[in-house]
Amino acid sequence: MAENKVKKVTVNTTINGQEMDILIDPYVSLLETLREVVGITGTKEGCNDGNCGACTVNLDGRIVDSCLVLGVEAEGKNIETVEGMASPDGLHPLQQAFLEEAALQCGICTPGFLVSAKALLDNEPDPSEERIRHWLAGNLCRCTGYDKIVKAVTKASKESK
Amino acid sequence: MHPFNYYAPETVNEAIEILNKYGDKAKCLAGGTDVLVQARGEKFELDAIVDIKKIPQLTKLEWTDSHLIVGAATPCHVLYEDSKVCEVFPGIVDSAFLIGGIQIQSRASLGGNLCNASPSADAICSLIVHEVICEIAGPKGTREIPVEDMCTGPGKNALTNGEFLVSLKIPLKNSEFSASYERFIPRNEMDIAVAAVASSIELSNGKVSSCRVALAAVGPTPIFAKEASELLVGKEPTDENIRKVSEKAKDIASPIADMRGTIEHRKDLIEVLTRRTIEKALERAGG
Repeated sequence: MAENKVKKVTVNTTINGQEMDILIDPYVSLLETLREVVGITGTKEGCNDGNCGACTVNLDGRIVDSCLVLGVEAEGKNIETVEGMASPDGLHPLQQAFLEEAALQCGICTPGFLVSAKALLDNEPDPSEERIRHWLAGNLCRCTGYDKIVKAVTKASKESK
Repeated sequence: MHPFNYYAPETVNEAIEILNKYGDKAKCLAGGTDVLVQARGEKFELDAIVDIKKIPQLTKLEWTDSHLIVGAATPCHVLYEDSKVCEVFPGIVDSAFLIGGIQIQSRASLGGNLCNASPSADAICSLIVHEVICEIAGPKGTREIPVEDMCTGPGKNALTNGEFLVSLKIPLKNSEFSASYERFIPRNEMDIAVAAVASSIELSNGKVSSCRVALAAVGPTPIFAKEASELLVGKEPTDENIRKVSEKAKDIASPIADMRGTIEHRKDLIEVLTRRTIEKALERAGG
């Protein structure tokens, strides 16, 4: 069979509030697009098959594993990554709580946990512990364990009230 | 990953044209939670991926007089966040709520889960016990098949070249119908079923007027356990009668032993889960 000719595609998207046009191969993931084309590396690659949640980003208000989204699917969408969480005034309450509760060790899973937890608290300011654990089931941590992470999310939810 | 082109057709006919042109070198993209993993793992080499989410009817729910029509690419969260779907079809919601985690549920669809045809798929048994009809579009027009005829082997479905699944038609039943789906996994979330069962029950004057039981992860495809289901029809749903159904379901299960479980364990699970899902369906149906 003749070689499949693949053309790069221009994608217009908004990342952390900034609208941009990017030129990408149609088969690359949103994760690769963010890290290697846009050059923001806060979003991490863990398993690259939708199990670990390290690459979680917010796509039009819903969290997704960016390794399982094509970059071209970002056309016309609004994407928020961990880079969009802190403001010039300081860290997001969740980031602050993760530091205070020591809810990380190696840190690879942290951006994913933060983006997931933010999506929860944006919609449900006072979730139960069970709800937090259920919501974060798609994010894996292999060093700290989950208690400190759940504590940090609970703390952030109480403080932002 | 083998380089592929991306198409996002806005009509069913456009999609058929592209799928037909590329044949087995093209796949549909709904949520991508299976197809992108497989393309990356080089299970197949794709020249084209056809994003079907821009076709309006593929991502919407429509209630008619006789059916709930679920667009094949509708993500799971749309189902469990819809209060009417939760009220009318809690058995469908059972499945939609436990496919992957929240991230996966933002994207994964029941239609994709069905077309992926995994023996352990969480949605397929629920679709079978709801007597769902698959609406398939292709170069020769549209056709409808019962959902239990869709899976033809592990990872294989009944779609032919140029065809794709457009929607799932869930028949509306009377108020004394309900269903339930349960699976066994060694953890609470985010795992693949060791064994799973969906059951549906419809009551009429205290007796079971229809019953369907379907089994997952205990055969090359999800299994419609017809002979077990029939044992309850026309009978009262007593513990003894339910026990006969669950024993028959255990007989029908023909699992393999693998890293997830042994044959004996899986068969025992089928018996327990059949009983529990029938009891749950009865409770929901108000029986």
